[in-house]
Amino acid sequence: MVPTAYYLILAAMLFSIGIAAFLIKRNVITIFISIELMLNAVNLTFVAFAHMWHQVAGQIFVFFVMVVAAAEAAVGLAIIISIFRSRQTLNVDEIDLMKL
Amino acid sequence: MQLALFIIFGALALGGALNLLYQRHPIHSALSLVVVMMSLAVLYWSLGAEFLAAAQVIVYSGAIMVLFIFVIMLLNAGEEHRTNGSRAAYAVGIPGAAAIFCLLSFVFLSERSALMTSNIGGDLSNAADNIADVSAMLFTRQLLPFEVTSILILVAILGAVVLARKEQ
Amino acid sequence: MSHLTNIEVFLLLSVLKVAVVLVITLMAVAYTVLLERKLLGRIQNRWGPSRVGPFGLLQPLVDGAKLFLKEDMMPLAVERPLYILAPILALGCALVSIAVVPFGAVTRVHGVDLFQIANVNIGLLVILGITSIGVYGITLSGWSSNNKYSLLGSLRSTAQVISYELALGLSLVGVVLRAQSLNLRVIVDSQSAHGMLSWNFFGGLQFVGFFIYLMAAYAETNRAPFDLPEAETELVAGYNTEYSSMKFAMFFMSEYANMITVSCLATLLFFGGASSPFGHLIPAFGGAVVQAILPVFWFVAKVFGFLFLYIWVRATLPRFRYDQLMGFGWKFLLPLAMANIIATSFILAMRG
Repeated sequence: MVPTAYYLILAAMLFSIGIAAFLIKRNVITIFISIELMLNAVNLTFVAFAHMWHQVAGQIFVFFVMVVAAAEAAVGLAIIISIFRSRQTLNVDEIDLMKL
Repeated sequence: MQLALFIIFGALALGGALNLLYQRHPIHSALSLVVVMMSLAVLYWSLGAEFLAAAQVIVYSGAIMVLFIFVIMLLNAGEEHRTNGSRAAYAVGIPGAAAIFCLLSFVFLSERSALMTSNIGGDLSNAADNIADVSAMLFTRQLLPFEVTSILILVAILGAVVLARKEQ
Repeated sequence: MSHLTNIEVFLLLSVLKVAVVLVITLMAVAYTVLLERKLLGRIQNRWGPSRVGPFGLLQPLVDGAKLFLKEDMMPLAVERPLYILAPILALGCALVSIAVVPFGAVTRVHGVDLFQIANVNIGLLVILGITSIGVYGITLSGWSSNNKYSLLGSLRSTAQVISYELALGLSLVGVVLRAQSLNLRVIVDSQSAHGMLSWNFFGGLQFVGFFIYLMAAYAETNRAPFDLPEAETELVAGYNTEYSSMKFAMFFMSEYANMITVSCLATLLFFGGASSPFGHLIPAFGGAVVQAILPVFWFVAKVFGFLFLYIWVRATLPRFRYDQLMGFGWKFLLPLAMANIIATSFILAMRG
């Protein structure tokens, strides 16, 4: 048996790598990808806790996170496409005007 | 068995995440995330969440990440350049992330005695009726959240269509 | 095998089973190619390959040798790791999904099921998952070859596959509702009671689901009339323009392996899998061996029927235009699949 703490620490590592990537990366799409990494790390803790307590509720929560992530990806990528159409760049440092 | 799976696929997930951080080209980062997701799917399976493992592969790596790669290819995104902003981000980002990791693992390790009791129910929960359990819960007690998420998806589809449409 | 322990017998038989299934699948892929060329030839009023061996039967072997011996060209501007990974991914995913397919009735030798490699609880979801990973092969090949035709082909293919995956998944929900399980073996058993009458296609009234599945599957495997990713009149050869020798052969084989998987799945889900169409009308004849082989014969015959249909469709129908393809998937197949789910669950609720 693997202690739940191991899964939690793995999730913490993935989450902090996600934070680091979120701060370091300059490309909007990569920043978005690191958000997905953080969501995945949190999902792992939910599944580990669901296994620990033998409750299916944690898995239900992951299911909802996945659905919301799918919706978020659709809208987020649409926003990225429209940003690229108006500014021809994906670099966040150059997307610093509220209005063109 | 579970420990072996955890070590192999945990290491794979970690390697994928570090590669995500290291690569400069968005498509390589996206593929590293796919590796992370696939190894997480195996971990879910080993934790008795069969349905989530399948959903992780089908929804996350099969649909969401394909969409990401599609957009990267469509916009022909190239490698990112170093800027002043990115140097500042390096200075803040890596220590910040390390601090958060230290905080989280400190909490987990200090609460280890409570978390060690993972064998409350013994072996893997009976995987044969995992899907039955999940769907019974989903369609009875969680019916309202389920329906609300379906409306959320509908709104998201409409939003995506409106946002990505070319202006006439 | 008396001096081996149980676990050794299990391992040995499992490895043997995997090897045999892999070899048979690869041979089936090779001969599906020949079948396609022969049938296309006949439909277009010509002979098809007829020179090598009797009736051209050795043609696949010669083709294989030719592709294997050709120079493996590596264009300069490609993304090397992804360029090599893409065909491996495509062929690997196409071959792996055969692992959960039950070919015959449960036949145990030393506790090992002879006609299925892995009996997984969520077999149907495993196949869907592997199919969705297979998209990466095509996507990455187009992007990594650094060629605009390849990129266009793979963009088309990605959009097409993720659109039709929805209709494909939804068309199977009716079957799952009837069988109340995602285990392929259980789904087959639920249709084997009264021969043809209890198949999902006839007795289960899932013919709407079947037609949605069939069309979505043609689109998923990038076959005519949905073969836009490799439309040779528009895109040279689509995503595999830059590939040569064995790498091209791997894409070619993955296409046919996918056809076989899709035909197996159609057989399992809608046409009773390995069960006989006559049910118990024919009295059992022959020994135990014949009774074990007969279901496999039915299974192979049904799969062959679907492969024939594939080729027939290719020879008959012209290619879709791109906007028609998207409109057909999103505006016709998807609502129809949803209506099918509602009707099926309504009928099941009334009966139960």
